[in-house]
Amino acid sequence: MSDKKPISSVNDFVVRFANVNGSGSASANEMFARAILRHGVPVSPRNIFPSNIQGLPTWYEVRVTEAGHLGARGGVDMMVAMNPQTWDKDVAGIEPGGYLFYDSTKPMPSTKFRDDITVIGVPLTAITNSTYTDPRQRQLFKNIIYLGALSALLEMDPKLIEQLIGEQYKGKEKLLSSNVHALHLGRDWALQNLKCPIGLRVRKSDKVGDRIFIEGNSAAALGAVYGGATVCAWYPITPSSSVAEAFTAHCKKYRHDPETGKAKYAIVQGEDELASIGIVIGASWNGARAFTATSGPGISLMTEFIGLSYFAEIPAVIMNIQRAGPSTGMPTRTQQCDIIACAYASHGDTKHVLLFPEDPAEAFEFAAAAFDLAERIQTTIFLMLDLDIGMNHRLCRPLKWDDAKQYDRGKVMTAEMLEEGRDFGRYLDVDGDGIPYRTYPGTHPTKGSYFTRGTSRDRYARYSEEGSVYADNMQRLVRKFETAQDLVPRPLQANAERPTKYGVIYFGSTSPAMDEAIGLLEARGHQLDRLRIRAFPFHSSVASFLAEHDFVYVVEQNRDSQLRQLIVNENGIDPVRLVPIVHYDGTPITARYIAKAIGDHQDHLKVTPLRKAVS
Amino acid sequence: MTYIAKPKFSHPGLKKNDLGYTHRDYEGKISTLCAGCGHDSITASIIEACYELSIEPHRVAKISGIGCSSKTPDYFLGNSHGFNSVHGRMPSVLTGANLANRDLIYLGVSGDGDSASIGFGQFAHSIRRGVNMTYIVENNGVYGLTKGQFSATADRGSKSKKGVTNTDNAIDLVAIALQLGATFVARSFSGDKTQLVPLIAAAIGHKGASFIDVISPCIAFNNHAGSTKSFDYVREHNDAVNRLDVLVGRDPIAVDYAPGTVQVVEQHDGSKIALRKIDADYDPHDRLGAQTFLARHAAKGQIVTGLLYVDPDAEDLHSHLNTVETPLNTLEADMLCPGSSVLDKINASLR
Repeated sequence: MSDKKPISSVNDFVVRFANVNGSGSASANEMFARAILRHGVPVSPRNIFPSNIQGLPTWYEVRVTEAGHLGARGGVDMMVAMNPQTWDKDVAGIEPGGYLFYDSTKPMPSTKFRDDITVIGVPLTAITNSTYTDPRQRQLFKNIIYLGALSALLEMDPKLIEQLIGEQYKGKEKLLSSNVHALHLGRDWALQNLKCPIGLRVRKSDKVGDRIFIEGNSAAALGAVYGGATVCAWYPITPSSSVAEAFTAHCKKYRHDPETGKAKYAIVQGEDELASIGIVIGASWNGARAFTATSGPGISLMTEFIGLSYFAEIPAVIMNIQRAGPSTGMPTRTQQCDIIACAYASHGDTKHVLLFPEDPAEAFEFAAAAFDLAERIQTTIFLMLDLDIGMNHRLCRPLKWDDAKQYDRGKVMTAEMLEEGRDFGRYLDVDGDGIPYRTYPGTHPTKGSYFTRGTSRDRYARYSEEGSVYADNMQRLVRKFETAQDLVPRPLQANAERPTKYGVIYFGSTSPAMDEAIGLLEARGHQLDRLRIRAFPFHSSVASFLAEHDFVYVVEQNRDSQLRQLIVNENGIDPVRLVPIVHYDGTPITARYIAKAIGDHQDHLKVTPLRKAVS
Repeated sequence: MTYIAKPKFSHPGLKKNDLGYTHRDYEGKISTLCAGCGHDSITASIIEACYELSIEPHRVAKISGIGCSSKTPDYFLGNSHGFNSVHGRMPSVLTGANLANRDLIYLGVSGDGDSASIGFGQFAHSIRRGVNMTYIVENNGVYGLTKGQFSATADRGSKSKKGVTNTDNAIDLVAIALQLGATFVARSFSGDKTQLVPLIAAAIGHKGASFIDVISPCIAFNNHAGSTKSFDYVREHNDAVNRLDVLVGRDPIAVDYAPGTVQVVEQHDGSKIALRKIDADYDPHDRLGAQTFLARHAAKGQIVTGLLYVDPDAEDLHSHLNTVETPLNTLEADMLCPGSSVLDKINASLR
């Protein structure tokens, strides 16, 4: 008997599925999320999985949110507890008044439940064992059976789920009908034996609109296709592998010569990350658009080549899907922890361009733009995703492409230009923007060739160890980086309703949680102006934003507040005015967390004299 | 100035090849290696081979890593693009360059430190992928730029200039290349230009991964008694399996050798290699036989040279990947981008 009133909520709750890795539950759980979308209700799902092939716990969380909040909320209203290993923790994580859904084939002692939650038992194993003889079928269809039971409990339209099953198994009639049958096994059992619906319900709405549901890695890979990447070299690493795999799939579909059937792309799985970035650099040096996808440990290995790319000024695109570090860290957990490692990768004085997409739509746009930027600036461009965007489906605006767009190949001197007598010096700053002209190998029989090297050289690419020549080159590289400020995506600012002396800076996957947190903070009486940084080098508006506010919170998902460090370093600002708000346990940051951290600090400011007021 | 450019002057009477180029057109900057360095002899052989093949110099991309050998691309083919990358990573850079533009000729120059130590993995993987390249290792068994440490190709028991005995086993790059599936494998000696020039020419004509290990004595640190990579030692222990001539285009095949001792191999590009056998039993089409032959002679302390293995029907990485004939670096948006209508369909499939 519950001593807490069951939670009652329509289109606003969190369901978490606790499964065993390798049990085939992912497909059913994702179908649950998609089914809610088909009701016109936004969802925000997240995979929480171990770095293990089979046997360890895995969770899939679906936030049902008619309000459209796409960040993680925190808390669980309904736990679908299918993993005995994590039972106690799973039960403990349910919000008071929440629901526990479990396989009741074997009786459980009452001590395994809580008094303040509603327990819903469905004999899933008994149902599957009486229906199927094949062990694998029993396992797989058990997942569909609980999906069917949930559809009855949450008052979902079964036709919409059937439609999804039909799309998934199109052309495979046997699989289609058996899945629909399993769905109704669970649904019918629930309707006949349980009180349906419960307090959590899904009602049809119209809040999804034309938005799409896609993983960031897939969107980034598609961006590489649209951006004209023809060479991809990669080495498998979680959570980035699906970028290269998606690129391969997209290329197979869209990049073959219709007459010959030959591929207009080359994809090589390198022997390691060093070879992968080497192949990218070799291809880019030779005029192809090339990229690799990796994660933090891969960046560490690529660092030597990244320095070469910077100094020898060779375009390269690296998609870094960040995970929790350092070292092997937590391979399947999300963080934004490679900011400093990428911004200054390699020995010596180096600086690299970073792009921070907030969702799959921007991952697509920025990935495509990265190739233009790499060739325009002739340097490495990092697309900084993280696991939370890369490996989770997100609702986002539809991907868009302008057919009139031509690729910006940057400053490339052609044979005709050389014939005209244009002075070609590989490292000459002809236009004053720090960006020199380059030539592709094989351009001209007698003009335009040069030697690319990581050693110091003069403006005509001639080896030189003269101090003044070296310094001249390094200063030009600084100019080039300043030019990049106006080429990269600018920060986006959103001001509070009332004037305020407080601001908040954030970036990337923190975005949806931040958007929601602003509402929570306003409800608590705090007004904050927002600035979402989308690239490094920082545009001048970042410095302006800092100057306009007494205190600026910097919200990020790493221990050392790395973006804050970068802002301080690059803007020469008093660090005291930048307040770090960090979250780094490997789970996505939530609106509740941000609102509490900033709210508590703001409350503290109200009662404590400001530093500058007492100084 | 910290570089030495070669004077532009050239004698008007210099002999020209089929394209009208002279030897000077295949030269580069003046070498800054030690006088007498074996690497300079290899440079001269590359120049000679390219001249004889009438290659357009600018159609060659010459790529190297770091080290004495990797400096040499600066000293030949001055009108071609060069890339002095990072230590041991030439093969990956070359692979990428080759993927971007299959129409150029790729010449990878490396050293024993570069390829047998830090770059051993990259060497192996570029070979097994069948990258269309000529991969030359200028092998002196020693680190010259850092003044005389053993490299991984130094023979066990050989002595350094300071008298230290090497206790590690040597890596035989030729044996490894054979095992990895290289479709053109040769070994030569920098002091044997007669053998080396046609080997380089044949390797350039070969479609696939060509590997040539050239024993190239280091005059400063590895040319003493006790070294197995010195001029004297290599001359005394060289066992050549064949001599060869490379015949390009429609030139008749020279068969002025004793009947039964000449074998002609036609390559993809139409060039023909006339192999004059010295060892009558040696078959350069037998990979396993070559491996056995090599091991047997190595055990006797002999350095086998010549064309050890060739597969005239080899395919390269582009064949494996089934890429278009048009160089990928020339494809523009209209050939690569699926366009907005396709994107609309993709969007629709994601709802």
